[in-house]
Amino acid sequence: MTTLTKTEGEKAPTGPDSFLSVRDLRVRFSTEDGIVKAVDGLSFDVERGKTLGIVGESGSGKSVTNLTVLGLHNPKTTTVEGEIVLDGQELVTASEKEMEKLRGNKVAMIFQDPLTALSPYYTVGRQIAEPFMKHTGASKKEARERAIEMLTKVGIPQPKSRVDDYPHQFSGGMRQRAMIAMALVCDPDLLIADEPTTALDVTVQAQILDLLKDLQQEFGSAIVFITHDLGVISDMADDLLVMYSGRAVERGGVREVLREPRHPYTWGLLSSMPRLGGDTSQALNPIPGSPPSLLNPPSGCPFHPRCAFTGEVGGDRCSTERPPLGEGRAAACHLTAEQKQTIFFDTIQPRLR
Amino acid sequence: MSDNLTLPAQQGSTGASTEALLTVEGLTKHFPIYGGFPIKRKVGAVQAVDDVDLTVGVGESVGLVGESGCGKSTTGRLITRLLEPTGGKITYAGQDITHASRRQMASVRSEIQMIFQDPYSSLNPRQTVGTIIKSPMEVNGIDPAGGREKKVRELLELVGLNPEHYNRFPHEFSGGQRQRIGVARALALNPKLIVADEPVSALDVSIQAQVVNLLQKVQEELGIAFLFIAHDLAVVRHFSQRVAVMYLGKVVEVGDRDSIYNRPRHPYTHALLSAVPEVAMDDETENRERIRLAGDVPSPIMPPSGCRFRTRCWKAQDKCATEEPPLLQISGNREGHLTACHFPEDPSTEARTEDVVLDPALKALEDVEKD
Repeated sequence: MTTLTKTEGEKAPTGPDSFLSVRDLRVRFSTEDGIVKAVDGLSFDVERGKTLGIVGESGSGKSVTNLTVLGLHNPKTTTVEGEIVLDGQELVTASEKEMEKLRGNKVAMIFQDPLTALSPYYTVGRQIAEPFMKHTGASKKEARERAIEMLTKVGIPQPKSRVDDYPHQFSGGMRQRAMIAMALVCDPDLLIADEPTTALDVTVQAQILDLLKDLQQEFGSAIVFITHDLGVISDMADDLLVMYSGRAVERGGVREVLREPRHPYTWGLLSSMPRLGGDTSQALNPIPGSPPSLLNPPSGCPFHPRCAFTGEVGGDRCSTERPPLGEGRAAACHLTAEQKQTIFFDTIQPRLR
Repeated sequence: MSDNLTLPAQQGSTGASTEALLTVEGLTKHFPIYGGFPIKRKVGAVQAVDDVDLTVGVGESVGLVGESGCGKSTTGRLITRLLEPTGGKITYAGQDITHASRRQMASVRSEIQMIFQDPYSSLNPRQTVGTIIKSPMEVNGIDPAGGREKKVRELLELVGLNPEHYNRFPHEFSGGQRQRIGVARALALNPKLIVADEPVSALDVSIQAQVVNLLQKVQEELGIAFLFIAHDLAVVRHFSQRVAVMYLGKVVEVGDRDSIYNRPRHPYTHALLSAVPEVAMDDETENRERIRLAGDVPSPIMPPSGCRFRTRCWKAQDKCATEEPPLLQISGNREGHLTACHFPEDPSTEARTEDVVLDPALKALEDVEKD
């Protein structure tokens, strides 16, 4: 508790609007097989009322990052370095008691699987009311009223009677709505959504995504939206962070990144994905190989064993030197800006038709 | 509108006169629900698949799309006879296999193979890759020229794995590689039809494309017919020449790829397509229609009367509740494009003058924004 310092002001290099600022975050787990470098030198910022999308494949460290922000990692086996500053408060060194005050109040989370994230033992209404009572000191009756209000807002039919239902009486889409209600009940400033629609059907997913967007307008929360689906992110996010092997490889506005990507991994992701309007006579262009093990990540650029453009860089820079990710719109790649542009427009873009 | 139909339900006529390999007529599967004490009685049934017609031509790839619980996987399992149909008829290469006995099925089994969704649970962890791929040949008593082991090595090479990995165990492979093992096993008996049940949905995006390309190569080079079951509409579009859309145990629309994706008529197909999140790489994608349904799919235990989609449909009228729409080539459809709807939509996926938003919470929030 005593480690809370007031020096963050000098350390945050980006705009004063950044509400959550993560700097050089490193998360390691010690396992029987060795040390897993789940997150390796990650920095990003989230502005108030904006949505940051984080995309990456399984094992790219996107979920671990956000569990660390909430302090939900296992402190016994995990070492966390770097800094996470939420609204001027340092979280890496914060005590459990301080984190408890934040969770569900200032920061809330929506998990992927609403069935395992909701307790089967308590009614939906009680689970929504609990954080409200804890953080605002409201009475049981007030909290229940609030729960009904929230259920109405997220579109649960007959909220007055459904508030007393148990999670198993809800369908998958309704459970995810209840999760959203629970997350928003204390009007959080930051909402972390970890693959919130992956377990849902497309038509329900579309409803939930639009609902989240509209509720964000009303509540003004910042959202960190984690997903593996570029289509979903293109719809939801303002800014985009592409992660690979525990590191950020590309960052920028969502339109810039998706329309003019600069990192070979982002190129690979976009061209390996079939699209509804795409040309079906062309084969897809998958990325060769598979994602690296985090126990023993490749030296230099983590993507170099799968990258088709290491020859353009020349020498062995890709396998020896780790490319830095600059500030703002940037890609962590040794290719020069002109090379990236030529390769993208000549080779990659024609494939995306 | 549905009165001006032109053709009776005639499937499989994609224009190209392919010979039908598999024909399914009125296929039905009801899973009984038992209840009561002390004597358990049948109290109801989950109508998982109800009166489904489907044709797969020789060497053709047919996609089956729909949301979870629509019966697409059950249909696949019925066709491979892993489940016993409640009703209807399955004809494979002119032979009725609906209720064929084990012995009668023996010759057909080797020609219809299956690829499963989860590459982790569909491979025996205690057997080597060689044993896994070899066992279909052993069971069916097939001795390829040069021996089974040689064949297995050839198959491993075909699916892009190192033949040297013959003696490795499944846990030594990644998810994508395991799915390749599953493909090799399905190919071991030179099948004519492969039922692929969500073969890529458990894989990462970059690996998905590798497996889709492999399946496409196999399909084109070996001329194997595919029934490709998936919920991902973009993957199905990429892989299938013809697509059937299922909703709550029924086929609501079927047709060639272009008809389904660019000229859909059934409101559910419209809703499904508009819900697919697309990467906005150009302005074109932003000019898509926006339809947001309300609620979830109803329970297949008590499906709605008449048209099963009517409870979530914005065009539903009294007729939809009383009369079940037949699957027909309604006027305006191209040949082979059948739609089961009384009040079909225009054949276009472009943005409408007004979005269809049925979800009450969304509607309330959006109306506030407009004011």
